Amino acid sequence: MDFTPEEQQRYARQLALPEIGTAGQAKLRAGRVLVIGAGGLGSPAALYLAAAGVGTLGLMDGDAVDLSNLQRQILHATADVGRRKVESAAAKLRALNPQTELRLFPERFTAANAAARLADFNFVVDATDNFASKFLIADACHAAGRPYAHAGILRFHGQVMTVLPGKTACYRCVFEQQPPETGASPQGPLGVVPGVLGTLQAAEAIKFLLGLGQLLTDRLLTFDALTLRFREVPVKRQPHCRLCGDPDHARP
Amino acid sequence: MQLLVNGKTLERPEGDTLAGLLVALGADAGRVAVLVNDEVVPQARRAAAALHAGDRVEVLTFAGGG
Repeated sequence: MDFTPEEQQRYARQLALPEIGTAGQAKLRAGRVLVIGAGGLGSPAALYLAAAGVGTLGLMDGDAVDLSNLQRQILHATADVGRRKVESAAAKLRALNPQTELRLFPERFTAANAAARLADFNFVVDATDNFASKFLIADACHAAGRPYAHAGILRFHGQVMTVLPGKTACYRCVFEQQPPETGASPQGPLGVVPGVLGTLQAAEAIKFLLGLGQLLTDRLLTFDALTLRFREVPVKRQPHCRLCGDPDHARP
Repeated sequence: MQLLVNGKTLERPEGDTLAGLLVALGADAGRVAVLVNDEVVPQARRAAAALHAGDRVEVLTFAGGG
């Protein structure tokens, strides 16, 4: 629970919050969060988690920085084009907070590496950019009992939801199975959309580590930048969910 | 009859089904999750799912970006 004078100054505003204080800051320091995807969602999520003093941050991404990423992936800069995203991200995060221990995984999240990666972390941020990964994260986090914050974005809107596997509604309770690929070239998103939703994922990770407030569970929050409206949709565990449902429950 | 679709009231003919509503909304049936009164209705059941006045319908678009 000891914090150096430098740490006390760095985290002064959080330490001054009675809901956080020294005990909460120690929980953040003991926290281990895996951010899967170092792109539009992962950029703000990782920046806020490192800034808040999360002790160990895992970053997983197999891609390299492309010039077309920079419109929304604010961890990366022009000079990083061509560099591995996890390395580009690590440089920014180390500059922001050298006390956060970074674990870098320059690879995609796959069925083969899922269990080993999840084992070392206590909360997961799904910041991936494709359905295959999002469904795989839901499945692997369920198998590992690992809580996660899901987010997905499309054009000008997106959604976010936190899942405590086996306790609250999961991604598959709502979205069931991977939709067919459209084959169309992606349009958007507007850069601020993953900015908003990735920031909310970081808030969920911080709240989970602190045991503070109410998590975004059993409700899906949608965000539309064009109308600037948030909507909360209640969702509940589906008895016939193919992932977390009762195996004896007949599918409708 | 009046429905509440994504938080907004919508007038629909009596006897309308969920599949009919999705067509009217221009939704891509394979890329939306649909909840009626908080219950998820799988795609295969939407054609037979009759809607009733006052039903709360949520149409959630699959969003795979990040």
